Amino acid sequence: MIHLSHWDFRMAKRTPLYARHAALSAKLVDFGGWDMPLHYGSQIEEHHRVRRAAGLFDVSHMTIVDFAEPAPPRALLRYLLANDVARLYPGKALYTCMLNEAGGVIDDLIVYDRGEIGYRLVLNAATRDKDLAWIAPLAERFGAAWRERDDLAMLAVQGPEALTKLESVLGVATVAAVRTLKPFHALEADGLFVARTGYTGEDGVEIMPLAAEAPDLWDRILAAGVAPCGLGARDTLRLEAGMSLYGSDMDETTTPLVSGLGWTVAWEPAERDFVGRAALERQRAAGVPQTFVGLVLEERGVLRGHQHVYDGDREIGLTTSGTFSPTLNRAIALARVSAGVAGRCQVDIRGKRPSARVVKPPFVRHGRALID
Amino acid sequence: MSSIIPADLRYAETHEWVRANDDGTVTVGITDHAQRLLGDLVFVEIPEVGRVVSAAEACAVVESVKAASDVYSPLDGVIVEVNETLADNPELINQDPYGEGWILRIKTAAALDELLDAAAYEAIAAADEDEDAGSLTDPKLVE
Repeated sequence: MIHLSHWDFRMAKRTPLYARHAALSAKLVDFGGWDMPLHYGSQIEEHHRVRRAAGLFDVSHMTIVDFAEPAPPRALLRYLLANDVARLYPGKALYTCMLNEAGGVIDDLIVYDRGEIGYRLVLNAATRDKDLAWIAPLAERFGAAWRERDDLAMLAVQGPEALTKLESVLGVATVAAVRTLKPFHALEADGLFVARTGYTGEDGVEIMPLAAEAPDLWDRILAAGVAPCGLGARDTLRLEAGMSLYGSDMDETTTPLVSGLGWTVAWEPAERDFVGRAALERQRAAGVPQTFVGLVLEERGVLRGHQHVYDGDREIGLTTSGTFSPTLNRAIALARVSAGVAGRCQVDIRGKRPSARVVKPPFVRHGRALID
Repeated sequence: MSSIIPADLRYAETHEWVRANDDGTVTVGITDHAQRLLGDLVFVEIPEVGRVVSAAEACAVVESVKAASDVYSPLDGVIVEVNETLADNPELINQDPYGEGWILRIKTAAALDELLDAAAYEAIAAADEDEDAGSLTDPKLVE
């Protein structure tokens, strides 16, 4: 009898670094249709490595889209995105949501201004198909040429020692140039796109090499003493940093205004129309019904997404993502609760209702706890 | 990377191990295979001493950074002791699943030979590895 394992049917996508992960005995999981490393041994140790030294993440599953000229894409992106690319200048990046007409979040993304070369968008992996299906007809209407850059890989090097460790990899001169970049700025050197962005709350860069060059770059960064880190640590790091995860903290049924992302909406200039603007203005005028907060569990236990939040007997909301924070040694969560909630609340964990403190994220930045 | 499955213990399909003591009690924990699948443990919810449990009844919860998993009583009996040190040191289950990481002790009249022996459990664990983690892992990560 012929034995076919389920791998033969699943056809999961693999990044150019898949063989590297397998060689490091990574625990691989399906992640938005990709075989990705969850951890390489200990998720918590990887988390601490990023907070205290430097970690390397393969984030090549992310969707990269390039617009190959500045002018038509600028008009398109000002309509497509809730933040305003008119605020950009060459080398500057912007975090933004892409909304539907109801103001719901189709995806969150970073857009980089590359000057005369055009714009680069980095979108999520699991949302790729619907994102591209949303962008394509609008791009055609605006006459903006674009292409997906699946020929690129993406490596994130994050942590207080990230730039120092990269000196032996990228060269002292390149790293010196990177150091002059403020956060959310990028440069291109020797065909390598290097951005001072990340998803950890630490200093560091995201590098986008050609896929064919990614394994060699990966090896050299590890050889420089940077620890490989999986998506498990990436999730606990971003949660401590108070950064949103698409599909958990916001989706097409929630607006940025109820997702802690109101700051990413560019209301001015008032005459700029963008997809979802009318719906957001209506919600703002009617009063935003919910607020997005951080929770710190005051008792033992672990917070998770989709747990019910109470103020006494009254249910006031739902956690959207939660975890055990390795830095704080306590459970933390992001939650969408009734507007005006402050102080303390209770969270239903398997029928018990331990107390949690309502805080303003982030919980941790640059290795430091921001809450007591 | 195969996990450790001591030959002198009995096992449940749900990844608990059972050690017979001389005093009519059994000690229960989760297997090395289970702790590997769960990853770093950060919280253990242990039951009250004196609770009467039935075989296959959920009686403790182990939580890793990733997910929460029930621990099932492998036998009918009464819980006579719980490992209090796990409250502050859940990682003992990762470090020493068959020793310091024990979870509870049950007084039971049940016969252990209804449970799996090491060879039978090894087959289950191996099949689980093929399935790449089975039911113990459910990383709710979307990106």
